[in-house]
Amino acid sequence: MDVILFLIFAIIAVVAAINVVVQTHPISSAVSLIGVMGSLAILYLLLGAEFIAAAQVIVYAGAVMVLFVFVIMLLNAGAEAKRGRSLVVQLLGVPVLLALLGLLAYFVERAFPDSVKVHFGGFTGGSAQAVGRALFTTYLLPFEVTSLLILVAIVGAIVLGRKELD
Amino acid sequence: MDAFIVITLIKLLIIAFVLLTAVAYLQWVERKVIAHIQVRPGPYRVGPHGLLQPLADVIKLVTKEGLMPTYVNRPLYLFAPFIAVTMALLSIAVIPFGPTINVAGYSTWMQLTDLNIGVLFVLAVSSMGVYGIALAGWASNNKYSLLGGLRSSAQMISYELPLALAIVSPLLVSNTLSLRELVGSQAGSIWNWNILHGGQIFAFIIFIIAAFAETNRIPFDLPEAENELVAGFHTEYSSMKFASFFMAEYLNMVTVSAMATLLFLGGWEPPWPAQYYSNLAPTVIFGIAGLIALYHGANPRHKLDRYTLSAFGVIFLLIAGVFLLPMVQSWLLPLFWFLAKIGLILFAFIWIRGTLPRFRYDQLMGFAWKFLFPVAMLNLLVTSLVVALVS
Repeated sequence: MDVILFLIFAIIAVVAAINVVVQTHPISSAVSLIGVMGSLAILYLLLGAEFIAAAQVIVYAGAVMVLFVFVIMLLNAGAEAKRGRSLVVQLLGVPVLLALLGLLAYFVERAFPDSVKVHFGGFTGGSAQAVGRALFTTYLLPFEVTSLLILVAIVGAIVLGRKELD
Repeated sequence: MDAFIVITLIKLLIIAFVLLTAVAYLQWVERKVIAHIQVRPGPYRVGPHGLLQPLADVIKLVTKEGLMPTYVNRPLYLFAPFIAVTMALLSIAVIPFGPTINVAGYSTWMQLTDLNIGVLFVLAVSSMGVYGIALAGWASNNKYSLLGGLRSSAQMISYELPLALAIVSPLLVSNTLSLRELVGSQAGSIWNWNILHGGQIFAFIIFIIAAFAETNRIPFDLPEAENELVAGFHTEYSSMKFASFFMAEYLNMVTVSAMATLLFLGGWEPPWPAQYYSNLAPTVIFGIAGLIALYHGANPRHKLDRYTLSAFGVIFLLIAGVFLLPMVQSWLLPLFWFLAKIGLILFAFIWIRGTLPRFRYDQLMGFAWKFLFPVAMLNLLVTSLVVALVS
């Protein structure tokens, strides 16, 4: 059951990810990206990381992508015109892509030769309590530094926005 | 395993049927309440007191021609109402209606499934619901629809923050993310409910205000302000596609009312304990309603009322009697209290629609960011401080 669900949502994620690149209209790409985020959330859920799954949907599929769609709608961006591909791309595109994928697979296999295959239901530390405990004990410093970085980014955004207004 | 699947399927069918019927009749209630606020009878012709009006509306909406404008973005135009209604239906799956019941030897919870991240699930699903409206506005390829969609996405992003912050404080008090355990922690009497026990009355008010904005209800219904934007994001929609947006709006109202009940008002727990006769409250309420209906049936204002109101009176008295039967009390009483609380909040939704005018858009955004968000933040800080000091 888990494996079937994994295959379904993994395929949806990959197809949606390809669709992000193939679509010519920004809104269609954004909608495909929402599909990718949603399927990733379900993959997290299958692996037992339920809090991360919920956060993935709330933060990425919800907040971030709504902002993306919002900005695209505000800018009223039109569909991109497809330009003719150059000779190099036509000839080498597919072979180079296959070679890259092959290399990636080879290095992953080399780096983790005898790693355990992923098995569903083996991980139980994904509850909100476990994640919170880890964030506020083991990873306290990175967590606080990240929040400071975000604060800096917010202040920077306000400063940049002010300049436009004056 | 097989029993589990069968029971879940049965629960699914019951919940879906009851929910969709309730949503259809919620519209009848809304029209009636607003009509009475404005001193007019409201729907009256279809069935006694217009009770068959929802049925007539459904038949009308299903059989109407589904017009497809030529200038729209076809896939997204068709996808948007679908996603709106799906996301609205999905969050009901984790909402518990009552404690366990025993049917034919099987004991099961009055809930489709209990997630230990139930609250987060509802938040996640509701944050996906905004796409239905935003994409509908964009795909319609119409300036009014686009403006409606833009307004709605901006409004929902803004009000999601105070909403989430207002949800967090009762969670801190109850110390759980599961909706079922949340209700369990509020058992006893009205003094144990989160609205009073944890001093979460401010969180409750913030939650209700933000919920009005999230469901696009008056006074926050800027996305469909008819004097500025025709009908907003659903201007170009007709027949069932139009009806799905309506259904989604009413389903979302039911969901946020249920969430407010579970988070702040003690879910299905009665307001005072059973040893002080809280078990008799439904009987008394339905009995009074039945007697009033019988009185008005005996002194009818219209000719038909003599029969219809008398029939309603008898039905109410029968329901009052059913609440006294010991074998159904164990599951009927919690259901009654849960539905009564949801009904009160839904009535407030309609009452406010009949009372308040609409915000101006900049006031709406200013209110969310300059007032509601800081207040929610402050409430959360004080709550966490108190919880940390007490525990």
